[in-house]
Amino acid sequence: MTPQSHVLVIAPIKMEQEAELRSLLESMNSLPGQANPDNPIVPFGHFDHIHFARFAILTDRTQEDIHTLYGLPSVNYPLTLAFFADFDGTADDFRADLMQRAGDGLQRIFSCCQDFTPGTDLARWMKEHENPAATMYMNWRGRTVTQIWQENALRLDLEDYLQKNQETFSQKTQQQVHKELREFVTAEAYRGRLKLDKPKPTPFAWWLRNFLHFIGVPILLVLLAPFLLLYLPIFIYQLRSREKRDREYAPRVSTGHERELGNLEDHDVTNQFTVMGGIKPGLFRRWTMSFFLWVTEYTTRHIYVRGHLARISTIHAARWVFLNDKKRMVFASNYDGSLESYMDDFINKVGWGLNLVFSNGISYPTTNWLVLDGSKDEQKYKSVLRRHQLPTEVWYKAYPGLSVFDLKRNTLIRRGIEKSRMSEEELRQWVALF
Amino acid sequence: MPSVEYKDVQAIVRFGFGKMTEACYLLLRVKNAPAARAWLGNAPITTAESDRSLTTALQIAFTRPGLEALGVPQKVIDGFSTEFISGMTSDPSRSRRLGDVGANSPAHWQWGSNDKVPHAVVMLFAYPGQLEVWKRSIQSEFWSVAFDQFECLPTSDMDGREAFGFVDGISQPDLDWQQIREVSRNCDQLTYSNLVCLGEFLLGYSNEYRRYTDRPLLDSGDPGSEELLEASDHPGKKDLGLNGTYVVMRQLSQDVRGFWQFLDKAVDSRRLARYQLAEAMVGRTIGDGAPLVPVSNSPFPGVGNRGDDTVRKQDVRLNQFTYGSDVAGTACPFGAHIRRANPRNADIPGGQQGWLIHLIRILGFGNKNLHADLVASTRFHRLLRRGREYGQNLSPEEALQPAPPNDSERGLHFVAVNANIQRQFEFIQNAWIMRSKFDGLSEESDPLLGNREAVLGCPFTNSFSLPQEGRVRRRVMDIPQFITVRGGAYFFLPSMRAVKYLTKIGG
Repeated sequence: MTPQSHVLVIAPIKMEQEAELRSLLESMNSLPGQANPDNPIVPFGHFDHIHFARFAILTDRTQEDIHTLYGLPSVNYPLTLAFFADFDGTADDFRADLMQRAGDGLQRIFSCCQDFTPGTDLARWMKEHENPAATMYMNWRGRTVTQIWQENALRLDLEDYLQKNQETFSQKTQQQVHKELREFVTAEAYRGRLKLDKPKPTPFAWWLRNFLHFIGVPILLVLLAPFLLLYLPIFIYQLRSREKRDREYAPRVSTGHERELGNLEDHDVTNQFTVMGGIKPGLFRRWTMSFFLWVTEYTTRHIYVRGHLARISTIHAARWVFLNDKKRMVFASNYDGSLESYMDDFINKVGWGLNLVFSNGISYPTTNWLVLDGSKDEQKYKSVLRRHQLPTEVWYKAYPGLSVFDLKRNTLIRRGIEKSRMSEEELRQWVALF
Repeated sequence: MPSVEYKDVQAIVRFGFGKMTEACYLLLRVKNAPAARAWLGNAPITTAESDRSLTTALQIAFTRPGLEALGVPQKVIDGFSTEFISGMTSDPSRSRRLGDVGANSPAHWQWGSNDKVPHAVVMLFAYPGQLEVWKRSIQSEFWSVAFDQFECLPTSDMDGREAFGFVDGISQPDLDWQQIREVSRNCDQLTYSNLVCLGEFLLGYSNEYRRYTDRPLLDSGDPGSEELLEASDHPGKKDLGLNGTYVVMRQLSQDVRGFWQFLDKAVDSRRLARYQLAEAMVGRTIGDGAPLVPVSNSPFPGVGNRGDDTVRKQDVRLNQFTYGSDVAGTACPFGAHIRRANPRNADIPGGQQGWLIHLIRILGFGNKNLHADLVASTRFHRLLRRGREYGQNLSPEEALQPAPPNDSERGLHFVAVNANIQRQFEFIQNAWIMRSKFDGLSEESDPLLGNREAVLGCPFTNSFSLPQEGRVRRRVMDIPQFITVRGGAYFFLPSMRAVKYLTKIGG
């Protein structure tokens, strides 16, 4: 299995070069916000291991909130450029590959950033400007871009074959269908029309680290349990007093902002989502958020690694990243469907989970007991979200037109093809995948 | 909970005017605001209190430009929903989401885009033979001074069927006028209910989230606000939305010949198979509209509780079902029109369940079936449909004949009532009807309404899959576009008090 990794490079932009940077980024797109996979600056499509990538200029539209809602001085954060990528393999390999094939383009982009001087070693500079994620979610651990492409080609080929022989196939039993499709795939592979690579061995160092994390976190939690339990009444007191005091702020976004975001959405069946906001002042919120993101990170590393995050099965990849000494956070995701359905899905299916983390953010709708209400205040929640959302200047997805469900179905089709024998029930489910 | 004052609500929220088989929709632009206000002050608007002896009815609704033309201040306009303010056609991103691209693109519309955006629609309904007189009577002295009537959309009585020949309007949400439905803010509804909170269809009442949908609230000093009642959720504010709602109108042109001729070809002109394929696409039988899935044994709220015994029994037969018994889609395809438009699911799969199983499901586990939990919870996405057919009726058999030289257009004036256009109409249209990935499908949109446009990475969306029991699926390919959008707009349907407010402002 090849594990996935991710990077986020983030750096302040030179004010005088903002316009230049914007037009450079725009030149990479074929549709508003949609990267042309062959664009000469960073030809994402030529890399066979990048799942998702994006360039976003982070403008904090809500930096005044801390002043308005808490009376604290607001900080004027500089405009920053963020480069996100989710890929197969290690970050070191990714960086090296990126330098080799897109070094010039990246040089042009990052030279619009404040501390990038000509002659800087780009790879080192990028590494120095990386920001680790508090939590990272990848829909299907170990499924590589190549595997996704191969499995999709497999499905399309099989569907085509089934369609051309629909009359004959309609007479066949499940066993016959399975047998015949297996033979067809063997023949197609022999003709060189289909390829299904075997998974690569899991790197030992990664496996060990992951295993230690898997057992380490529960051990740590058990050891901490007595202290956490003792602290619990105080925590509840602190939480409740804050929940009563904290103010929500949910004005509707302007039509202009709405249009700017809408212009970049719904070109593909999947959309990008970038939000940024301030974290409520004080150590309590900072630690609460860090703690729950740490717990979430455990679940995304060891539990939610096969097609869904709790009840949500429409997110390809997502990331929570603290910025500016945990004063701010950026959340970036790649999800199926339109924003409205994404938000509804979230409210109805994992409203509690959103509250757990995002209620520590400034202006979030009022929660109770950390998980209740909050996002369930539908219209306020949607306004808060949209208000914190930022345009994503360039967004790349390696498999346009494919939803999370498509990827899962394709993987299941492939598994069935690779099995010589299946039970009656397994066969029934497998044949229903077409 | 205050009871609903029916005489403040326009009748269409409560009644479909079934016996008034004649109807037309007048699309207007305000020419002269004072004259328009004067006409409005005397307009014989039918309310939901009306007794059943009425033989004519009039309803009126306004678009955002219409409210502006009447002099509603910008501050008040800003209180309406974003999509109403923006309108159905002005934003390309909205058109993309609604599937209004290609042949459906607003640029080709007969009305509803650019300078053809109406300010108001006047809907007229009448008993057979009475429409013309009714229409003339409302076009009183102020009428032609006040309005430029740029379209009169006629309708026709197809005897309860839509143009393809299926019984129309079988399933409607049951509005909770008595406000007895209890929904929890934080807990899941474990079963499907056809009884829906009033706030989903009428502004100023609690909705399925147990919240009040945003709407314009005025300060008591604002001009005209003395006509309005106080908002239940904002004491001290005057509620312009109360007892009003939004109406979505879409003119859908149906290629009835194209539909039946395509099906005929797809099944090699076998008559029975042709009807079966049409029924699979719709999800109901062509006879009386019975669902393709079996009726459920246990009743659920909001079905079979209105009218006399025959009506109740009929409602049970046609509407007491969910797709829980058809998880493989072999009885009713996943992509069938009625399964897309109303998936009839609960907030969480599995029905009534123990707390432990519920917890496991909340964490996203315990679903053995691949399609489980793919579709959003239905209760937040319901529509009250009040549409009417138009054009010349054509039976399925006649439709197989080639079109005469000047065959006229036929179809549906789709009219839907909802309190939140974005979460109701737009969501259903986008996520359920047009989306090629609905419920785990690929390469297909709604078999009737789909625009068949390619989407990025999917070269075609014009197929329709029919899962088969114990066999590989059957798939129909190359389905042409059967329904083309010809017009549309978002309207605000004001309460009677809000109408009075409109007559008082601006002047």
